[in-house]
Amino acid sequence: MEIVILITFGLLSLSMILIFIRLLMGPTLPDRVVALELLATVIVAITGTYAIFTDRSSFIDVAIVVALTAFLAAIGFARFLERGGPRDD
Amino acid sequence: MIETLINWIIAGFMLASGIFTLLAAIGILRLPDLMTRMHASTKAGALGVALMMIAAMLHFNDLVVMAKAMAVILFILMTAPIAAHAIGRAGYFVGVPIWVNTVKDELFNRYDSDTHRLRSGLETEEELKGMRASNKDKPRIRVTTKK
Repeated sequence: MEIVILITFGLLSLSMILIFIRLLMGPTLPDRVVALELLATVIVAITGTYAIFTDRSSFIDVAIVVALTAFLAAIGFARFLERGGPRDD
Repeated sequence: MIETLINWIIAGFMLASGIFTLLAAIGILRLPDLMTRMHASTKAGALGVALMMIAAMLHFNDLVVMAKAMAVILFILMTAPIAAHAIGRAGYFVGVPIWVNTVKDELFNRYDSDTHRLRSGLETEEELKGMRASNKDKPRIRVTTKK
């Protein structure tokens, strides 16, 4: 069981690295916003893994809060892109 | 015995979650433009989180945790399409370049991004007559009334 949790952490960390590369590369601002949203989704998954790893169920609450703020951030960014001021991406 | 079985199921769910999340990350890194990247990240990412929350549900085996994990799954399944729609719409209006091999862009030349009005190309009488006369491009809507 321990080794499975560690493998899952490894897979999720690898995906965070790949998403971060896209976040740095991303040619336009919407690409970066998509990468940020997926990064928040991966953080929710990592929080769930950590809750299983430490056997503490309180981390599920953290997952709820992270998912909520990620949604609000994505909507805010989309709003800003559509009717925001001058951009420099 | 049953403990071992449940542990195996949890291990399977966790590994599937990690693999799907990794697939989403590879997709967002490798795919060519904004729409295809969004298609990878939204679906595979949501499935990864849902599988991880199911694993947490099975691990804790508690009604309160089960309700919370179910709330996370429902929240992700509701908000991921909304956020993707908002970002995709904003990206289209900002003018993000789409992939050169894209087969169809139905809003091209039909959508006025200032007034947000969608034209069908059949508004005036002349355009409608031209559509009826030409047989080569069939309309997807019925332009004659059925007798």
